[in-house]
Amino acid sequence: MNLGAILQAINLGLLWSIMAIGVFITFRILNFADLTVEGSFVLGAAVVARLITLNLDPALAAWIPLIATLAAVLIGVLAGLITGFLHTVLKIPPLLSGILTMTGLFSINLRIMGMANINLGRGITTLMDQAAGGLSNVTTGITGLFGGSAVDVVSRDASIAVGLVFVIIVIMALKLFFNTEIGYVIRATGDNEAMVKAQGVSTNRTKMLGLALGNGCVALSGALVAQTQGFADVNMGMGTIVTGLAAVIIGEVIFRDKNSHRVFIAVVFGAILFFIIRAFVLSIPWMNANDFRGITAIVIAIALAIPMFREKFNFRLKKAAFGSKEVE
Amino acid sequence: MLVCKDIQKTFDAGSATEKKALQGVSFEMKENDFVTIIGGNGAGKSTILNAIAGVFPVESGNILIDDNDVTRMPEFSRAKYIGRVFQDPRMGTVPNMTIEENLAIAVRRGKRRTLRWGITKNEREVFCEYLQTLGLGLENRLKAKVSTLSGGQRQALTLLMATIQKPLILLLDEHTAALDPKTAKSVLELTDRIVSENKLTTMMVTHNMRDALKCGNRLMMMHEGNIILDVQGDEKAGLTVPDLLKMFEQASGEAIANDRMLLS
Ligand SMILES: Nc1ncnc2c1ncn2[C@@H]1O[C@H](COP(=O)(O)OP(=O)(O)O)[C@@H](O)[C@H]1O
Ligand SMILES: [Mg+2]
Repeated sequence: MNLGAILQAINLGLLWSIMAIGVFITFRILNFADLTVEGSFVLGAAVVARLITLNLDPALAAWIPLIATLAAVLIGVLAGLITGFLHTVLKIPPLLSGILTMTGLFSINLRIMGMANINLGRGITTLMDQAAGGLSNVTTGITGLFGGSAVDVVSRDASIAVGLVFVIIVIMALKLFFNTEIGYVIRATGDNEAMVKAQGVSTNRTKMLGLALGNGCVALSGALVAQTQGFADVNMGMGTIVTGLAAVIIGEVIFRDKNSHRVFIAVVFGAILFFIIRAFVLSIPWMNANDFRGITAIVIAIALAIPMFREKFNFRLKKAAFGSKEVE
Repeated sequence: MLVCKDIQKTFDAGSATEKKALQGVSFEMKENDFVTIIGGNGAGKSTILNAIAGVFPVESGNILIDDNDVTRMPEFSRAKYIGRVFQDPRMGTVPNMTIEENLAIAVRRGKRRTLRWGITKNEREVFCEYLQTLGLGLENRLKAKVSTLSGGQRQALTLLMATIQKPLILLLDEHTAALDPKTAKSVLELTDRIVSENKLTTMMVTHNMRDALKCGNRLMMMHEGNIILDVQGDEKAGLTVPDLLKMFEQASGEAIANDRMLLS
């Protein structure tokens, strides 16, 4: 693995980490295993790809990538609300609500794109291209001051810069939000729903909000990933939830301190580490990307089972120490 | 203050496990009434509190709080009138949030939540003062997660949370039952103090007959979904545990086979 591969892993890790933050919000904070993300990730990519390639108003051209990215977030929020509606109003269980939205989104994503794959390559300006242009000007300017020659910023590095900016904005916004009155009761909902109701708050509403927020993040991630890889594909969401969970779990292992604002930063590091590990595994000659998905699933299954193993182990320890009677 | 008229509640209606938990319960509570409720396992004590709080809809009857008919009101909407403490110390608090965050959620009970800060500096000071009155040293642990507290500390905190925003009705469901005798005693004393200081209208379920006699100005006994005894004032003050046992036998036509009710 060379430096380029590591930088590329950091690039992907940053962009996907926003999706992982979305998964963290639904899975950990709301305690809602939300499979919508498999669809809303693609939804974000689809919306951005379609809007960018529409060649809308030339006067707006410079703003189109940003507008398209924000539109992707809004539509991701809607996807979350649909799952929320299925669960809270129609009383469909969480897993099934997510699966239904995800399935429906497959058709919607195809409709939005009009085809299974949209190319955002040469001749099409994405946020990343704009950033690369901007950064080139800046670095050329700086080196020019010292008598150097023009510098071309590679799109990967521009993409890292864009990812970093979005990650910082998202984390700061979430940190603020989860410290508001509404943020407090959303956090409380996943932990003790009965208490939230007893305090006069509709948990239907807090769940809807949490799902909207989570899927907004996921769609933003999808929109950024599409722009960095240069295409949107209707199947690009496969395994999203597993990647998100992996990032969350790795993050939690590194930063053991749960529920403080640092968890979001932990998830970002988790995502980056996940993509570095992935790059490493894929560099093994007989491994390919499809194998890696299976390995990830197995590792996550083990990680999620750890609390159960720990309990059993503690139980044995106690039993050994005090005799079986005193163990509850 | 609180009126319950002919409340009926059946669980699993129409199935083999059908259970008539409340068979037409009616009573009225005046302001400042403190009623203790006793009765065997499965008598319907928790069910009547849950019906008042709106945890589930009732089949028939009416519930009025301060002249508002709340019978069809969802649980979260009635919460503005009601403070609650449950038997399980884990039920009243959010374990992964801090003491001050829990209090901040509770002090806004029944109010609209906005995008303002979840807790203010001012509130922190107020919480400190309130926590001091518990005498548990929690005022120094505002930023500790509730999951680090003992059962007794959590119940004391829950009691504070239920009353920090004065409720029209305080519902306590065996809130000392899960605690060791010493802690139970101090939580009960705290309850007595908070209720009398704030003049709260209170319903307290207990399985301890002595506590039921000692606390409050009124006592109800439930059996198979009915209130079979309702005494107050001097009549209640003169009661003893043997009296209660005899009354139970007379009213229910059976001896108490339930040792949990036979006190500690
Ligand atoms: N959610 C429920 N589903 C089915 N049956 C219930 C439920 N809650 C209570 N019951 C039944 O209703 C009866 C009264 O229960 P409860 O009010 O909890 O009794 P207690 O007086 O011991 O608090 C019991 O027979 C109980 O099994
Ligand atoms: Mg009970």
